[in-house]
Amino acid sequence: MGAYDIILVGGSAGSLLPVTTILEQLPGDLDIPVVIVLHRLKNVQSEMDRLLSVKKKIIEPEDKEKIVPGRIYLAPQNYHLITETDRTFMLDYSELVNFSRPSIDVTFNSVALAYESRTLAILLSGANKDGAEGLCNVQEKGGKAVVQDPATAEFDVMPLAAINACTDVSVMNIEEIILHIKNNK
Amino acid sequence: MNDELSMADYLELVQVIRLRYGYDFSGYAQASLKRRMVRFMGHSGMPSVFELKYRLVNDEAFFNSMVQYLTVNVTEMFRDPAFYRTLKEDILPKLAAYPNIRIWHAGCSTGEEVYSMAILLKEAGLLDRTRIYATDLNPANLEKAASGVVQLEYMKEYTANYIQSGGIGDFSDYYSARYDRVILQKELRKNITFFQHNLAADQVFNEFQLICCRNVFIYFNRELQNHVLKLFYDSLSPWGFLALGIKESLRFTEMRNAYETVHGAHKIYRRKR
Repeated sequence: MGAYDIILVGGSAGSLLPVTTILEQLPGDLDIPVVIVLHRLKNVQSEMDRLLSVKKKIIEPEDKEKIVPGRIYLAPQNYHLITETDRTFMLDYSELVNFSRPSIDVTFNSVALAYESRTLAILLSGANKDGAEGLCNVQEKGGKAVVQDPATAEFDVMPLAAINACTDVSVMNIEEIILHIKNNK
Repeated sequence: MNDELSMADYLELVQVIRLRYGYDFSGYAQASLKRRMVRFMGHSGMPSVFELKYRLVNDEAFFNSMVQYLTVNVTEMFRDPAFYRTLKEDILPKLAAYPNIRIWHAGCSTGEEVYSMAILLKEAGLLDRTRIYATDLNPANLEKAASGVVQLEYMKEYTANYIQSGGIGDFSDYYSARYDRVILQKELRKNITFFQHNLAADQVFNEFQLICCRNVFIYFNRELQNHVLKLFYDSLSPWGFLALGIKESLRFTEMRNAYETVHGAHKIYRRKR
């Protein structure tokens, strides 16, 4: 059994390439769920799920859907994606958080409560501070908090915000992140 | 946000609210309601759960502001334009077969989607023989909904949604703007009845050819979802339509076999028989 029961990936501006790179190199036999939260436009047709379906089909979960190991989920447009302690998804259409819906903080905070120390959370490139609070919460619950090395991020605001806000985050480049996933599966 | 709420405190707050005010939140989805309670504590400057409980028990105005905060009142006109396009192109022509049409907007919040429906009905020439019943748990929402007043700043986005949904008119014909607000045309409002109805506790009150309940029951747990879907089943005429939010599904409910799918992507279902 690996170190984690769930992997979270959050990002905004400049995160599409790193997310795609990570997804391409995920181990084929990865037996835990991956949940991706990216800032997205609302009320427009989106190809994001298809764009990210590089190796495996990406699922935009529906309300009350069970979180299944080995699947890769993407937070849908215009909803916050929340996990319940019984390890199902709940979709929430409440106020924007950090100008965003989906918000990375909302998902990360709920996963920190549901999965506690069994969480690996990764925050990538972005131009606002969403995700920092969630990442700190994951780490305070004993989970692993990782940020993309700001020097390698197209936009460093998001990783820097997390580095400044949390007491103990690991700074890694994309290759190191992939290696960490492989070594802990 | 380290100040989380323990499960015991959460359950006790739900209990206090139920016993003191008769609002039953026990069927709500926990993670989201807990999150809103924690946020409300920050928002209202409550230093502890103990203080919160004390205020709740003793101060009804405080409770009212808490309910306003706990229930999600976010909505927009023509949300999910593709859904409204389907409604207009496929569902309204079917409703047109009825001499009198009755529609229920359950959990209508501040009414933006109700007025969107009224606009579609007007453009389809059906508004005059339709009665829309729009209900919500929250009286403050209903008051705002009935006023037909919307902030001007949102109209740009609503206009874009309207056009995307296939609207045939000039959207600005449906409202008058003044200062930073608009008021929706009186004609749109005349066949709408707004009143309080609690999906968790209240009963069937009429029979409908279409029920819209979009992005409401995501906040309920599975038991309450089943209860509400049963209530809707009993409130629909045979083959009556049920429209849910884009990410809501009957798949995970006990009532899935009581409805058939009409448009899977847009979450439009129909009562079997």
